[in-house]
Amino acid sequence: MKLGKYLLPLYGILALIYLMVPIVYTIAFSFNDSNRTNIIWNGFTLDNWLNVCDAQGVCEAFGNSIVIAVASTVVATVLGTAISIALVRYKFKGRAATTLLLFMPMATPEVVLGAGLAAQFLNAGVPKGMLTVILAHIMFCISFVVVTVRARVAGIDPKLEEAGRDLYAKPSQVWWKITFPLLLPGIVSAALLAFALSFDDFIITNSNRGAVNTLPSFIYMAAARGIPAEANVLASAVFILAILAVIITQVGGEINRRRLKASA
Amino acid sequence: MSESVSGFAQGGADLELVGVSKQFPGFTAVDNVSFTVPAGSFFALLGPSGCGKTTTLRLISGLEEPTSGQILVGGKDVSSTKAHQRPINTVFQSYALFPHMTVLENVAFGLKQRGVKDATQLAHEALLLVELDHLADRKPTQLSGGQQQRVALARAVVNRPALLLLDEPLGALDLKLRRQMQIELKSIQSEVGLTFLHVTHDQEEAMTMADTVAVMNKGKIEQMGPPAELYELPATRFVATFLGQSNLFDGVVSGTSGKNVKVTVGKLTLEVPASRTKVTSGEITVGVRPEKIQISRKEPTASATRSVIGPGTVIDTSFTGVSTQYVVDVPGLNKLTVFEQNDGDIVAAGSKVWLSWATEFSFGIPFDTEEFVESDTTTRSLAVAKR
Repeated sequence: MKLGKYLLPLYGILALIYLMVPIVYTIAFSFNDSNRTNIIWNGFTLDNWLNVCDAQGVCEAFGNSIVIAVASTVVATVLGTAISIALVRYKFKGRAATTLLLFMPMATPEVVLGAGLAAQFLNAGVPKGMLTVILAHIMFCISFVVVTVRARVAGIDPKLEEAGRDLYAKPSQVWWKITFPLLLPGIVSAALLAFALSFDDFIITNSNRGAVNTLPSFIYMAAARGIPAEANVLASAVFILAILAVIITQVGGEINRRRLKASA
Repeated sequence: MSESVSGFAQGGADLELVGVSKQFPGFTAVDNVSFTVPAGSFFALLGPSGCGKTTTLRLISGLEEPTSGQILVGGKDVSSTKAHQRPINTVFQSYALFPHMTVLENVAFGLKQRGVKDATQLAHEALLLVELDHLADRKPTQLSGGQQQRVALARAVVNRPALLLLDEPLGALDLKLRRQMQIELKSIQSEVGLTFLHVTHDQEEAMTMADTVAVMNKGKIEQMGPPAELYELPATRFVATFLGQSNLFDGVVSGTSGKNVKVTVGKLTLEVPASRTKVTSGEITVGVRPEKIQISRKEPTASATRSVIGPGTVIDTSFTGVSTQYVVDVPGLNKLTVFEQNDGDIVAAGSKVWLSWATEFSFGIPFDTEEFVESDTTTRSLAVAKR
């Protein structure tokens, strides 16, 4: 009995440590005064953070990753939202086929998708580069956007839009004043998901990037000769930004909830 | 606002439907319906689930397009205009309040769409009318069902539309709140003087609230008129059975006697005033309302003014307080329902009785097998099935 009382917390703590070790390691070694390799601790320094772009190609790869992620997120979110509305609200020929097609990229192994796309681009004579990577990312991001937004669309009572029409709103006004604000939480989470998926994708990217480096592909290449500490800096920065975003949403939501309670 | 919505009147406008039909793939929801709702009146469209009353409402509001026919508001044909261009507002069954806006923003929505200057001020006034101004800053989800219903009403009334449509707006409320809202709705209607068109399947609600009731069945209007007229003199078997209860006898016209039409029902002869029947030959159904029948232990004398049937046996007695409801089996006829006012004398089940009524209360309707049968499908489930 006594044992059971301690076993669960112990297990929880061990599991957390297991999950945290790589992150802590990454952050800690971003402060390592490394010369050639960033494997052995050589002492604390802020140089890596202050001169992050000194290592060859790190910042360029990071910039490419951001451009690719933003572009594919925007396109995938817009298209995915439109597809979700069509799939939920309208009956049309090929609706079941569309749904199936949307699930394909999620079910297909990434290696197969990457290789298949590479072959197609080669056949079509499209030179590999930023554009091919963006196209590939849009393709698999759309599936995740549709899955996320579709649930939200299904949750909106069509009567609300009818009420908008009844209250003198033109179709475009119904969209911007009623449908869009109601869909927004779904669209935002879909966009965040798409951004995250695109930003850290390696397998599909690697088959279609040509000479362009993204952060994941840069790290992969660098791993062979020792990852520079600057890569740790960028990874840590992304991690800290993500955590900050989560904290801000949580705190904001709590403040909002308290304010509503106070007014009630 | 580039497109203006014209036709806003302070006192409401006439609504006229001319031969309006709506066909969906596989069935006709509304079949050649014509009626006129005079300005400032309270009109109820009454019918069972799936009779086409909600579709009729959606055609009027512009949310559906009619297959054929014309819809006129204040004499102007609006058939080809869209919902947002019509001076008509709807109170939806599910209220359909915008969950991301406050109560005040909800009420001001229509005014702001039309570019009315003092939208916020007018919205506050509408909320005062429904006694909810103190909750103006809340979100709809923080209100009770009855409060949401009143916000929905304010959101529609504030626009002073030529016509206000109510789609079973009281359906989701419990009985007590329903009665209270019926009275409030009626008083708001007379206060603002708008034309109201109320759709409901609740016959009691239609009769208590409306000046004119139209009974709808299978996409057609069966009968239209003031509630008392519909009840006292139903024109079809459907109306006689949907609007309250009726005792009906199927027979054949066998001649006339004075001002009455004589009808042979089995071995029995019943009489109907000629002024209360459109059928004067061939097959006919004679009806009488349960509360018009008197129950007696001794045989009353039949005359030109008094119809008598019996003897029969009381097979069920149920005491409801104000009245007693009897079910009487008369050999050769259907089982009859009788409502007797509670005067202390209750006839026990098994007793041998005669039934009689003043012949002037009989009515004659065409023989028809179409009868209202209570079913448990709700309007909402039917609407879902249709989609």
